[in-house]
Amino acid sequence: MARYFDVKRQTGFATIAIVTFVLLYLPIAILVIYAFNEGESLANWEGFSLRWFVAAANNDAVKQAAWRSLVIAAFAATFATIAATMAALATTRTRRYRGLTFKYAMINQPLMVPEIVTAVALLIVFSQVKVWTGYSGLGYLILAHTAFCIPFAYLPVRARLENMDLALESAAADLYATPWKTFRRITLPLLQPGIVAGFMLAFVISLDDVVITEFVKSGGQDTLPTYMLGQLRRVITPEVNAIATLFLALSVLIVTAFFFINRQKA
Amino acid sequence: MAREPELAARQAHRAEIRSRWLLSAPALIIIFVAAVGPLFVMLAYSVMVRGDYGDVRFGEFSSEGWFNVFFQRDIFDDTITYADAHLSIFWRSIRLSLITTVSTLILGFPTAYFIATRPRHTREVWVFLITIPFWTNLLIRTFAMQEVIRNEGVVNTLLQALGVIDQPIQILYTDWAILFGMVYVYLPLMVLPLYASMERLDFRLVEAGYDLYAGRFAVLRRIILPLVKPGLVAGSILVFIPSLGAYVTPRVLGGGKNMMLGNLIELQFGAGRNWPLGAALSITLMVIVMVALLFYVRNASRSGATGHG
Amino acid sequence: MPEPLRVNERRVAVEARNISKVFGTGEHALRALDDVSVGIAENEFFTLLGPSGCGKTTLLRLIAGFEFPTSGAILLGGEDIATLPPYKRPVNTVFQSYALFPHLTVAQNVSFGLEMLGKPRGEIEARVAEMLKLMRMEQLANRRTDQISGGQAQRVALARALAPAPKVLLLDEPLSALDYKLRKEMQLELKRMQAETGITFIFVTHDQEEALTMSDRVAVMSAGKILQVGSPRDIYDRPAERFVADFIGETNYLAGTVQGVDGGRAEVLLKTGGRISASYSEGMTPSGEVTLVVRPEHARAVEGAADLSGAVEDIVYFGTDTHIHTRLDDGSAFTVRQQNSRNAVLPFARGDRIGIVVGDDAAQVLRD
Ligand SMILES: Nc1ncnc2c1ncn2[C@@H]1O[C@H](COP(=O)(O)OP(=O)(O)OP(=O)(O)O)[C@@H](O)[C@H]1O
Ligand SMILES: [Mg+2]
Repeated sequence: MARYFDVKRQTGFATIAIVTFVLLYLPIAILVIYAFNEGESLANWEGFSLRWFVAAANNDAVKQAAWRSLVIAAFAATFATIAATMAALATTRTRRYRGLTFKYAMINQPLMVPEIVTAVALLIVFSQVKVWTGYSGLGYLILAHTAFCIPFAYLPVRARLENMDLALESAAADLYATPWKTFRRITLPLLQPGIVAGFMLAFVISLDDVVITEFVKSGGQDTLPTYMLGQLRRVITPEVNAIATLFLALSVLIVTAFFFINRQKA
Repeated sequence: MAREPELAARQAHRAEIRSRWLLSAPALIIIFVAAVGPLFVMLAYSVMVRGDYGDVRFGEFSSEGWFNVFFQRDIFDDTITYADAHLSIFWRSIRLSLITTVSTLILGFPTAYFIATRPRHTREVWVFLITIPFWTNLLIRTFAMQEVIRNEGVVNTLLQALGVIDQPIQILYTDWAILFGMVYVYLPLMVLPLYASMERLDFRLVEAGYDLYAGRFAVLRRIILPLVKPGLVAGSILVFIPSLGAYVTPRVLGGGKNMMLGNLIELQFGAGRNWPLGAALSITLMVIVMVALLFYVRNASRSGATGHG
Repeated sequence: MPEPLRVNERRVAVEARNISKVFGTGEHALRALDDVSVGIAENEFFTLLGPSGCGKTTLLRLIAGFEFPTSGAILLGGEDIATLPPYKRPVNTVFQSYALFPHLTVAQNVSFGLEMLGKPRGEIEARVAEMLKLMRMEQLANRRTDQISGGQAQRVALARALAPAPKVLLLDEPLSALDYKLRKEMQLELKRMQAETGITFIFVTHDQEEALTMSDRVAVMSAGKILQVGSPRDIYDRPAERFVADFIGETNYLAGTVQGVDGGRAEVLLKTGGRISASYSEGMTPSGEVTLVVRPEHARAVEGAADLSGAVEDIVYFGTDTHIHTRLDDGSAFTVRQQNSRNAVLPFARGDRIGIVVGDDAAQVLRD
């Protein structure tokens, strides 16, 4: 059978792509499947069961770590989104002014330095501050998370601002809206999808963090990821799979919501 | 009177700059306090005398931390030799990161191309499928990889069942494990920027290539590759940099012995109790990353200057 | 108290007084407006016409308050408003891109200005209904603005700007995004709107036909300066400068020397031989070597000798008329445009020598 010439075809590319997708999802699939294993082992399948989910749900350490993760992510994402939105307003839609490049560099700095470097630098500083102040609460984690969440929250807000028609704000001013009213009635509502997207990105990034949290946390301040990291050193039961599965479900949920919100605005 | 409007304009401009600084202040302060500032403190720590139980002795300066990055002094006769252990970890980190980058490129390039050539409405779904692993926890994905390559994991069980091998192959806790893990976790970072530049690829140029007697491979090499180079460079940088600083993946998959730079650094702040050395190692890692970034910026600006036809 | 300024016996609504606007500084400085002075009367349809980049938008933005002048004053009803922010000026704008608020409905867009002015609820509703009716868009009141057509968006933008009943309405190329047919329709609509509301319209376009058909007066701009202000007829029949003559319609140029001036007309001895009498604009006294302009349709090609004579180089048929391109005796080009009729056939062909009659009052002396 004759095949028409396809301009876009490259030999073998589709095959490699399919293999890539399988490779991406297979390990996750296995991880999820074994979360439902009846037996203790991660090697043999001994039948379907929810016992490990029940075990995880009854594990106080897990519950506390999960709650801590959510609290930190909620605070950090909120602070980061507010700071990033303000920063985006300050750094877009303007002629170059002195300090603008400096601001870009500062805001994106957390993306450019390896996490482990920031983590040990924070360890050095915060361990000293903990000694001086005697305070060793969640504040350090929230502060550290806020800092590395800012560039992620900044990205979509900035994109949104740059695509916004400057004439809209001119039009509002022309129609007797004071600068504050223009911001409240025009800029902010138009910015909202970007802010929501920024918040969600920041939330997921904070929730996922392992390295910085591992180095900044004080004793008994495990988040879900650092708790799991600790567990991986021991003999692992499918309970870890169950926790990971729940965590995964949450991430997928947020990413899906993000995806649809993003699509809506386009 | 003629100067009055100009004066007002200048005042308005100055007020605007001031409010722009005020607006960016919270972000700048937070990042300074919890990201940039500590790096300077760390720089200071790298030139101080190590404390006996970790930390440093304030105000006592020493070049020992930096010295120890590259050299070691024999305890008995004070002879100075290269710190082989460190250098081999440096070398392993760089080598593994380069191989990871190339591997993700080999898998990622066709994948991105595949996605970019799907019809518009299904394309979104494929992108979504790449985005999901990108946003799921790196630790979980590392853990998933661990389950696959364990001695009792899927790979070994399958190979044994098929009779290819009769003893499980020890993959976990080897460099191979680290490599598999890093390729797995950083693959989306390669695909996404590649896809972004391929999506904008004008396929009329490809048609023009075929029209001028180029074969498939010639079109790929002479037309597609140069046009998507910015995405390719961005993807490579996005994979190379976190690979170089990887901490979780080598810790989980490499076990205790097969360390990368990230783990070596951690060691100095944990059991090693050598904070100045740890600080010096961190700064070294950062410098390597900066060099890579500089290479990227130069490349990006050059391909920007040549522009698109 | 000084006498309020008047233009053609009407009170002045807006006046620009020696306005200059420089963007940037140092070697990047760009003089977008250069000592512009113009008065626009109440209830006038005033058009700014000029090529791209000549400063039309800049002048509008200065009047609206989005930019400050580098020097000079903007007067609104006699008061200097140059330093007033846009939201305190009783001036509204129809933006080139319309700038409709995408998150608000059509009705919410129209009511925005009234709300900002703090008008009572009832009044706002009544006014919005009135505006929508005026624009014949009542059924679209609750549509989102990204769900309406270009022509409808245009009318919403107009309604929104007219709703607060501004003293002056600024329109920056409002029709340029519309297709030809819709544009013609909206031109009429705009004229009607202006007549009904009695609001001063300042209209920007670079379409000469649009400017000539719609305006009470036109200002022709070039490189930050206003070259000539006048009625469409003035601008077309009596262009004061070469740029104006060139920019609007097609033109022939004749070189000559002034022999004498008498009663607003100059006697000019043409370089090709022959004399004609030409008008000139107020405030100038032509003398010495001058250039005259003659519109192609104000001349006639005839057999035999006439005011001018030359050889036919080309004859181009255009349906409604025919263009006869000739070379005059002094080597310059001259085009005559002649109406066609069904049975009349031109009595000459390419290469023939012909005469050209320049009608009475067809020639104008250019300022140099
Ligand atoms: N904000 C600005 N900064 C610097 N230069 C500007 C600015 N706004 C306008 N200009 C310059 O001033 C000149 C006049 O611009 P303006 O927009 O008034 O032209 P225009 O007559 O409206 O042209 P068009 O018909 O293309 O809209 C142009 O050379 C333009 O580049
Ligand atoms: Mg303009």
